[in-house]
Amino acid sequence: MSTLSEAILGAPAGSYVDREVDIAFAHDGTGVLTREALREMGVEHLPHPDRLRLIFDHIVPANTGTTATLQAELREYARVFGIALSDAGCGICHQVMSEGVVRPGMVVVGADSHTCTLGAFGAFATGVGATDMAAIWASGETWFRVPETIGIDLSGRLSGAAEPKDVALAYVAALGMEGATYRALEFVGDGAATISMDGRLTLSNMAVETGAKTGIFYADSVTVRYLAEHGVTASPQVPEDSCYERTVAIDLDDIVPLVAVPHRVDTVREAEEVAGTHLDQVFVGTCTNGRYEDLARFARIVRGKKVAVRTLVFPASRAVLARAIATGVLAEIVDAGCVVGSPGCGPCLGAHAGVLGEGEVCLSTANRNFKNRMGVGGEIYLSSVATAAASALAGEITVPEVA
Amino acid sequence: MQGAGPAVCLGNDIDTDLIIAGRYLRTKDRSVWAEHVFEDLDPTLAPRLSGAVIVAGRNMGCGSSREQAVVALREAGVVAVVAESFARIFFRNAVNVGLPVIEASVACTDGARVAFDLDSGWVEVDGRRYPARALSEKMVAILRAGGLVPYWRSSR
Repeated sequence: MSTLSEAILGAPAGSYVDREVDIAFAHDGTGVLTREALREMGVEHLPHPDRLRLIFDHIVPANTGTTATLQAELREYARVFGIALSDAGCGICHQVMSEGVVRPGMVVVGADSHTCTLGAFGAFATGVGATDMAAIWASGETWFRVPETIGIDLSGRLSGAAEPKDVALAYVAALGMEGATYRALEFVGDGAATISMDGRLTLSNMAVETGAKTGIFYADSVTVRYLAEHGVTASPQVPEDSCYERTVAIDLDDIVPLVAVPHRVDTVREAEEVAGTHLDQVFVGTCTNGRYEDLARFARIVRGKKVAVRTLVFPASRAVLARAIATGVLAEIVDAGCVVGSPGCGPCLGAHAGVLGEGEVCLSTANRNFKNRMGVGGEIYLSSVATAAASALAGEITVPEVA
Repeated sequence: MQGAGPAVCLGNDIDTDLIIAGRYLRTKDRSVWAEHVFEDLDPTLAPRLSGAVIVAGRNMGCGSSREQAVVALREAGVVAVVAESFARIFFRNAVNVGLPVIEASVACTDGARVAFDLDSGWVEVDGRRYPARALSEKMVAILRAGGLVPYWRSSR
């Protein structure tokens, strides 16, 4: 019986296949090197511009003249070659792709490691480098080694203050930072059906933190309904009795708020164990936790109160921002004293807008807490949105009471 | 494909942020990446990389897909990277920019002479030989061409 990765790539685990891709995207960071490689390759024609996307999300709006010039060159390249461009303010590439672009069964490549996020739709979605992307844009295809699969068997239902991010931290801790290298994760079991599309995107997003190529869910009625809301017609995928290399069982009823402590994402503690840790900054957003459900959850907790520490909220996309405005969620976040940034990656990679100073401590809803990532000498703790909200109000890491 | 150089030993889980920090990515000037390579890990490393073979532990190059990481190593003069295991995007990126990557479990001492032969599938450290995992035919062809760009040009 095939795993979903084997079914989509059309070959058993361990085989090397050349496969046409359905969607191939790059962002303002990797796109610069993709364009350089295409120039060096002498490519003057792209066979399928309709399958390509450029999305400006990493440093938006541009922070320096150099960044602005590099973005202007990419903008011009997109215009000349007929590539759809999502310019500054549209949002994070994975989020933009999740809003009615990626569909079940597709092969999706992105020049960003968190492309695994889009496995949440039952697509084979994986990250590649900039030169690989250039060859994909030039040829329409690439090679894959079909991965072995580790099953993540979810049972039960989240309760109390636990949310999908805590499940993500739990499986990363269980597998470790290289526990799934070269492999795919498949999220299955009765518990998977209880998780919303926004929550599944959070779970798939962190697959790469275990080394995995993708983190994949079977498309079901939740997927079909979500895509219908975005104007896309899709059908559910029928799970087979797949043969996994191994299976990690997670009972959602047992999940409690968790925190990854510096400087490893797989060093995970119960939030209670690190409660009281002083914070200089709280950051809510990114391709992990910048979606509408995340902003709404944050607003529910900070509503009518004031944050006690510098708190940055970056919506993952313009659509998320617009919905947060329409429903009043954004006003509650602003009234609570938060800084609201433009849709994009924000301070996650330490290049602009919210860089940490020496010795500063940040609680972030992102996916990486590598040493110095958000600024030299800064320390990063990773948590759920509810933990971030409760902690923002207290100025120190705090266990949330409700999700 | 063969090569040799003095070893620079690194540990496990060296992420691409540590190889080249996010604050140095916004340029096309490759010398900037070579200049700041490993700055946040150990600022004394960069000058020792020319002609050297990096010998790392498990999960080398994890994290971001940034290709600047492998370009920085190549531009700094690194001859090859040997590691017990690699993060997959880093591994693919290295091959694509013509930087040999060798999956092998070896004992490392800084400055030890490391030699490798990708075709025969071995790495030697101070004369002691270890088996190296074979690359796919396509990867070998790309490496032999000097990276994906020259491979593309020669195959068209």
